[in-house]
Amino acid sequence: MSAITSEQVAHLAMLAHIEMTEEELASMAAELDVIVDSVKSVSDAVSADIPATSHPIPLQNVFREDVVGETLTAEEALSGAPDAEDGKFKVPAILDED
Amino acid sequence: MTDDILSFEEAMEKYDPVLGFEVHVELNTATKMFDAAPNAFGDEANTNITPVSLGLPGVLPVVNGKAVESAIKLGLALGCDIAPVSHFARKNYFYPDTPKNFQTSQFDEPIAENGSIDIELEDGTVFTIDIERAHMEEDAGKLTHKGGAAGRIQGADFSLVDYNRSGVPLIEIVTRPIVGAGERSPELARAYVAAIREIVKNLGISDARMERGNVRCDANVSLMPKGTTEFGTRSETKNVNSLRSVERAVRYEIQRHAAVLDAGEKVVQETRHWHEDTRSTTSGRPKSDADDYRYFPEPDLVPVVTDAEWIERLRAELPEPPAERRRRLKADWGFSDEEFRDVVNAGAMDVIEETIAAGAPAAVARKWWMGEIARIAKEREVELTDTGATAQTVLELNKLIEAKKINDKIARQVLGFVIDGEGEPAEIVEKRGLAVVSDDGALTTAIDEALAAMPDVADKIRAGKVQAAGAIVGQVMKATRGQADAGRVRELILEKLGVEG
Repeated sequence: MSAITSEQVAHLAMLAHIEMTEEELASMAAELDVIVDSVKSVSDAVSADIPATSHPIPLQNVFREDVVGETLTAEEALSGAPDAEDGKFKVPAILDED
Repeated sequence: MTDDILSFEEAMEKYDPVLGFEVHVELNTATKMFDAAPNAFGDEANTNITPVSLGLPGVLPVVNGKAVESAIKLGLALGCDIAPVSHFARKNYFYPDTPKNFQTSQFDEPIAENGSIDIELEDGTVFTIDIERAHMEEDAGKLTHKGGAAGRIQGADFSLVDYNRSGVPLIEIVTRPIVGAGERSPELARAYVAAIREIVKNLGISDARMERGNVRCDANVSLMPKGTTEFGTRSETKNVNSLRSVERAVRYEIQRHAAVLDAGEKVVQETRHWHEDTRSTTSGRPKSDADDYRYFPEPDLVPVVTDAEWIERLRAELPEPPAERRRRLKADWGFSDEEFRDVVNAGAMDVIEETIAAGAPAAVARKWWMGEIARIAKEREVELTDTGATAQTVLELNKLIEAKKINDKIARQVLGFVIDGEGEPAEIVEKRGLAVVSDDGALTTAIDEALAAMPDVADKIRAGKVQAAGAIVGQVMKATRGQADAGRVRELILEKLGVEG
């Protein structure tokens, strides 16, 4: 058992800006436990000489020429925004961060 | 925690500072790091964007190849090893400047690692600063805080976001801890950032304009009690965006840490904000652990794989490093330390190099650019190179002087006319009739008149008091309104009075 605690889940929830009740934290801790254990069993099956894989397809060096392409207008950019002012996205002030 | 600060001198008696810098360099590519939106400063808000810059659902980033080459060049210029395989990673955090809720960056396997750079302070002392890594990432959008006091976040009612800067290519250069700079720490901080700025400008990969945020520095400071070797808790001061601020912020943080430790309290590991107006820092947020960013490999981007051929091709394109170039030019020109430092500080090195390349002697190039042209530039509050004077101007003025067509004094006048846009020096001398009177006939008349007006002086000269000739020369210069060749006048006087010079 990897024993994910409610405190760890609460910390993750804070980082992810998700509000969770005590019950949800407890049940999520149990669920994450199962997931982490499953991942661990995969790790156990892999020997140390196999490199970590983050891409299933062996591609490399996919680059773009440095040439300007099509852009959005400010109206298009703001069309899905809940609030806007002076051609900018308007968001609530966030006081607990810089 | 105490808000006091200790005097810098006292802090230095008790503690050894340890520094570390994270410098962000904005590249001057035409487009952003992961999409084809223009990388441009000062445009109308939210117009230099694509769906990728906004992090809209379903979009896919594509790496800007030129930005990768810029990163490799910078890595090479910093003496780093270039990674054979390098990955992008997601750095997760929630803040409105990042519409995706993660910054695409690099975590393990950055493009460049393990470099070093020699930093020379003004008095010639050299510190070697080790570079831990340089990695590729993207800039965030720009927030404007509204309501509350003076655009600060404290007390703001809401913020406005412009995503034009979101996705602009950045390279973050991270140093290893810098120990042993002592009281030179603030000065070293400034010199380090200046050196990075100079290097990226010289490589042509960034506009390197600090006032536009092209080069930004986060300064880490901690203190160790004298005689100990264990690093103290550090603070990371952000928003230090001029060379002067870097020096002041490091100095201030050293003084603040010293006061906290002296009071028997603990330094809090946190970000601090530098305020140029009060020349002090205020507390920001507690520093997140790397764990809190939950880095993971970016699944939408494939690895950057380098080989020797690619790296050597880029290495061959590197210009001469600025510090080496300075040493070479100083030796070539034969300037003293002080003369050369003045030239560098005046921003005259390039234009003097150009003037010498055009054919002027080094001393002549220095005399003009550091003398009369510098004076005029200062008077008109413009850069040396924006005065209208060029390497060619200096070369022509010098030719006219050497040919004895004009003297130094007239040459300065001619320069003024060149700067006023009247044309080239030779043309102006011709048009305004400024050529020196070297016609012996005209000079002889003026000399005869001067000798007749001052017979006692003439007698002294005849008696061997050669230095008395100065008075006659002065009189002749006055009569010719400064247009006579003073050396020739003197020769003629002595000749006329039958005295050896």
